[in-house]
Amino acid sequence: MATGIWVIAEQKDGKLKKVSLEMLSKAREMAGGEQVTALLLGSGVEGLAAGMGPYGADKVLVFDAPVLKEYTTDAYTKVIVDAVKEGGPAILLGPATATGKDLLPRVAARLNTGLASDCVNLRMEGGKLLATRPIYAGKCIVDASVPDALPQMASVRPNVLAVGDADASKKAEVVKKDANVTDADLKAILKEIVRGASETVDLTEASIIVAGGRAMKEKSNFKILWDLAQVLGPGTTVGASRAAVDSGYAEHSMQVGQTGKVVNPNLYIACGISGAIQHLAGMRTSKVIVAINKDPEAPIFQKADYGIVGDLFKVVPLLTEEIRKLKAQD
Amino acid sequence: MDILVCMKQVPDTETKIQINAQGSGIVAEGIKYVMNPYDEFAVEEALRIKEKFGGTVTIVSMGPARATEAIRTALAMGADKGVHLNDPAFEGADSYATAKALAAAIKPLPCNIILCGKQAVDNDNAQVYAAVAEMLGMPHVSVVTKLEIAADGKSATAEREVEGGAKEVVQASLPVLVAAQKGLNEPRYASLPGIMKAKKKPIDVVDLAKSGLAAGDVGAAGSKLKPVKYSLPPEREAGKVLEGEPEELAAKLVKLLREEAKAI
Repeated sequence: MATGIWVIAEQKDGKLKKVSLEMLSKAREMAGGEQVTALLLGSGVEGLAAGMGPYGADKVLVFDAPVLKEYTTDAYTKVIVDAVKEGGPAILLGPATATGKDLLPRVAARLNTGLASDCVNLRMEGGKLLATRPIYAGKCIVDASVPDALPQMASVRPNVLAVGDADASKKAEVVKKDANVTDADLKAILKEIVRGASETVDLTEASIIVAGGRAMKEKSNFKILWDLAQVLGPGTTVGASRAAVDSGYAEHSMQVGQTGKVVNPNLYIACGISGAIQHLAGMRTSKVIVAINKDPEAPIFQKADYGIVGDLFKVVPLLTEEIRKLKAQD
Repeated sequence: MDILVCMKQVPDTETKIQINAQGSGIVAEGIKYVMNPYDEFAVEEALRIKEKFGGTVTIVSMGPARATEAIRTALAMGADKGVHLNDPAFEGADSYATAKALAAAIKPLPCNIILCGKQAVDNDNAQVYAAVAEMLGMPHVSVVTKLEIAADGKSATAEREVEGGAKEVVQASLPVLVAAQKGLNEPRYASLPGIMKAKKKPIDVVDLAKSGLAAGDVGAAGSKLKPVKYSLPPEREAGKVLEGEPEELAAKLVKLLREEAKAI
């Protein structure tokens, strides 16, 4: 019989992503007496395995091989599917990050099972995983389960589930496994990684987002948003509304909303964004929303915790200055 | 070159979603349906490949009778023919059962490349493309913002969006499935002559019998992920609007964010 919860951990540049610990904490809470197992894939990552014990992993399966250094759909799918077939978990969780969104659908299809994508909550009900996921970019919520197939799969949106307190007395059993990937498995070949000009934390994983709308007027004006982002510290990035992207002020990868990214930072600062329904859907789960807009009637003010009716070109640089002062005192 | 596009008709992104009284689904009345925005990029890219290499663009879509409108839109943009999976048995499908039906319809067709949108903006599963590729034994490349087909028509090089503005360049032999992201191209509008021509282009309707699948493989019966309950998210309450001079406002906001919201 299938038992236990498996968590596909994600690391980047030799560090575990926070979402890995978020998933482990939730898995621990749901597992009861059953085992929680983390899967760690990469090259030179074995040292990260022990760090998962205090957050709830009883066991860590480490697949450490050069072929897994960079993520590829084919290699990662093969390794995970092989491991699942051998180990037979009841539940398989993974991150809804850029990598997880590519990987998990392929894994689910190969295992002929169901996957609830981009979940914001998970719980056990009647011995089955019940996953809560936003649809229509968050305009609606659905609870869903995988009643008749195994493993029950879910991908977890970063920044939503809480990380439990670390229990340093809990050690995970670390098991080294072989990655059985041959050239024949690799059909789509990664040729190159092109780093972005202003590469920062991804919008979907950011803890603070400063976003600009049509009122930014031109591309170069986004600099004041980047300046504000910089003083707010690591974990902060800059986003944009569809209007700003379609006007050519910002890259498509920066778009927040129904045809962009759905985000949920601790703090969302909307600058010159009026708040179209598609944009509001994509950022409504932000914990704190600040809106800066000249138009007091802008719909964004209906969703904002703090609104400033004013000229963003005056307010944003002043805000940057105030925060710089505050941080200097910390 | 035989180019296939998987396309879905979805509610317009302007739609305000409402839940039915039983919480078993959304209220369908009054919804305006459109081609899934990401699928527009897929159709456009298919047409550009055809313009370069020649061949045929076939639109494959699953949905009720109304989905014909979205197929006609793609035909009006310039696609050559449609395959419409339409049968009550297909209704209520999750990503897995949808992919089963699409893969069954695609299997008998000549195919060098399949284009899809990276996700449909209704159920936001973002899984169908990967499952179709898996079921057809093809590699996939997702969230693609640039696509080049080699001059010999044997391989494709795709640029895909990864995190924080970085991109990956991925190469695969054809046949391959490519899932389009915004930015791949600027989709064309259908021209008036295009719309007239589209009316005469063939749409092959595939029902359950023609798909060769069993009723248990498709629709709600063939689904692995089952919805239990639909609900609406809690409404956000409007908060404080700060007033005063810009200098004052900035200082006030920073104080509130630090002391009240504990957000910075």
